[in-house]
Amino acid sequence: MSFIWQGIQQAFRLLFGSDPEVWQITLLSLKVSGLATGLSLLIGLPLGTWLALGNFRGRSFALSLINTGMALPPVVVGLWVSIFLWRSGPLGDLHLIYTPAAIVIAQTIIAAPVVTGLTTAALQQLNPRLRLQILGLGASRTQMVIALWREARLPLLAALMAGFGSIISEVGASMMVGGNIRHQTRVLTTAIVLETGKGEFAPAIALSLILLLLAFLVNLALTWIQQRRV
Amino acid sequence: MKAILEVHDLLVERGNRPILNVASLAIEEGETLAIIGPNGAGKSTLLLTLSRLLPPTRGEISFRGQSLAAQKALAYRRRIALVLQEPLLLDVTVFENVAAGLRFRHLPKGEKERRTLHWLCALGIEHLRQRRPRTLSGGEAQRVSLARAFALQPELLLLDEPFSALDAPTRTRLLQDLQNLLAETEITTIFVTHDLNEALQLGDRVAVLLNGRLRQCAPPQQVFSAPADEEVAAFVGMDTVIAGQVIASQAGQVIVQANGLHLEAVGDFATGKQVLFCLRPEDVTLWPKDHAHPSISSARNRLSGRIARLMPNGPLVRVIVDCGFPLTALITRASMIEMGLSENQAVTATFKASAAHLIPR
Repeated sequence: MSFIWQGIQQAFRLLFGSDPEVWQITLLSLKVSGLATGLSLLIGLPLGTWLALGNFRGRSFALSLINTGMALPPVVVGLWVSIFLWRSGPLGDLHLIYTPAAIVIAQTIIAAPVVTGLTTAALQQLNPRLRLQILGLGASRTQMVIALWREARLPLLAALMAGFGSIISEVGASMMVGGNIRHQTRVLTTAIVLETGKGEFAPAIALSLILLLLAFLVNLALTWIQQRRV
Repeated sequence: MKAILEVHDLLVERGNRPILNVASLAIEEGETLAIIGPNGAGKSTLLLTLSRLLPPTRGEISFRGQSLAAQKALAYRRRIALVLQEPLLLDVTVFENVAAGLRFRHLPKGEKERRTLHWLCALGIEHLRQRRPRTLSGGEAQRVSLARAFALQPELLLLDEPFSALDAPTRTRLLQDLQNLLAETEITTIFVTHDLNEALQLGDRVAVLLNGRLRQCAPPQQVFSAPADEEVAAFVGMDTVIAGQVIASQAGQVIVQANGLHLEAVGDFATGKQVLFCLRPEDVTLWPKDHAHPSISSARNRLSGRIARLMPNGPLVRVIVDCGFPLTALITRASMIEMGLSENQAVTATFKASAAHLIPR
C-alpha cells in the first residue's frame, strides 16, 4: 500500500516542482478544452436561442435530437471524427487526425449539444410574455434576444460550465482522434490513462490532482461571475 | 378631433376559430379609450394586434392615416408603448428598467438620464432607483413599468390591465396618479380593463368587447346608463333585465307590460314593440311595507314584493326583491339596518321612469 503514499508525495513534488512536461500537458488540456467550449458556445447559444424562441415545424423533433446529443458517448464521437479525419476518410486531405485540432473538433461536437440544450432550457424558463413586453418597448429582434440573454445570464453561465465540464474530463475521443502523442496531443486525461496503464501511479495521481484543480478553478471563476450580482 | 388609429374589419383567428372580430374602431388624438370586457373577451388580443405583436388574420389598421402594413414594424413599435398586466421588469436596477426603452432607441446618454429621472420622479419612485425589481412591492413594480412606458413619450400608449393584480388601496392610488399623468401629458391611450370602475374613471370613451366583438363604443355615462344590448347591460351592472312589451307610448313616455306588471319608462318606442326593460340596482329605492312615505317619492314605478335574498357587498348590500320577477336593489348597509330589512320581509320598491333603460328585442 505504500506506493499510494509515495505516489501522492511524488505527485506534490511534480506539482510544485516545475516539470515542463506536466505543465505542457496541462496547458494543452486547457487550450484544447477552452477552445472547444468557446466554439460550442458560438454554435450552442444561437442554436439554443433559435430552438427556444422559434416557432417552426419540427421544433420538438430538433429539441429531442439535441437532448439526445447531450448524452453523446465520447467514444462514439471519437469513432466518427476518426473516420472523417482518417487519411483516406472524407476529410483526410486536411491532415488533422492526431493533431490538437482533431481533439478540438471532437470535443466541440460533445459540448455543443450540451450548451445548446441548456441554452434552450434557460430561455424557456423565462416568462414568455417578457418577449412581448421587450418588443412592446421598441426593441428590435436582436435587442430583444440580447435582453433575454441578460435575463437568463445565470443559467446560461451554467450551460457554459456544463459544456466545459463535459469535455475537460473526457478521455475516449481525445485518445482516439488525438492519439496521445507525447508533446503533441497528450492531454491530462489521456496521460492519466497511459501512466496508470504503465503502473506509474505517482504521475497519474499528480495529473489527476491537476485535472481536478483545473476543473475547480474554471468553475470557481464562472460561479464567481454568475453569483457576482445576485 | 382627428383619429390617430383606425381599425377596419379586423379578424384574428386562433386555430381557425375567430377570437377577435372588430368591424370598426377609431381612437382619437389625445383621448383615453377604455376597453372593457370579461376575461377571454379578446381585449389583450386586440391590444397585441394594435401593437403589431400579433398579426391579424385579416383587416386594416392605420396609424395617422397610414396603413400599418405599409410601415416597418419596428419603426411603428418605437412610436408607441405597451404596458402589460404583470410588470415584467428586467433583472437590472429600477433606473435601468425605466431607461430600457430609451436604450433600445439609442438615445444620447444625457437625454436618456434626464428623461428617466423625470419619470422616476413623476411616478414617485425616485428613491427606488438603485433597487432591484425583486425587492419591490407589486404597486412599486407597476409604477416602474408605467414610468418605463411614459419615458418613451409615445404617440400611443397601450395599457393591458395594469392594475388587475394589485390590492385595492394600491390600485386606487395608482389609478389616481395615472389619471393625472394622462391629463397632463395628453397622451392618446388605450386602457384595457375588466373593471367597470377603472373604465369609468379613466375613459373618455368606453368600448365594450364581448366574445371578441365590439358591442358598444360610447362615452362612459352612456354605456353605463344606456347599454346597447342585453349582454352589455348585464356586463355594465344592469342587474335587472326583464322582457316586456310596450302597451302605451306618448310623448317619450312608455308603459311596458312585463310579468303582468305595468312599468313606466322613458323612451321612444311604438306600441306593441317587444323590449327589454333594464334597471341599475342603485336606481331602486326600497321602503318597508308599512312605511308611510313612499307616496311622497316622485318615482313613477312602485312595486310590492318580498326580499328573496340579502347579499352583503362591502359597505353596500345587494337586495333581491321578488316582485313577480327578481328585482335587484343596492342599498347601504346602514340603511338596511335602519329599515331593519331581513329576508322574506315585504317591501315596496320604487324607481323613476327615467332610470329604466329600454333595449329593443
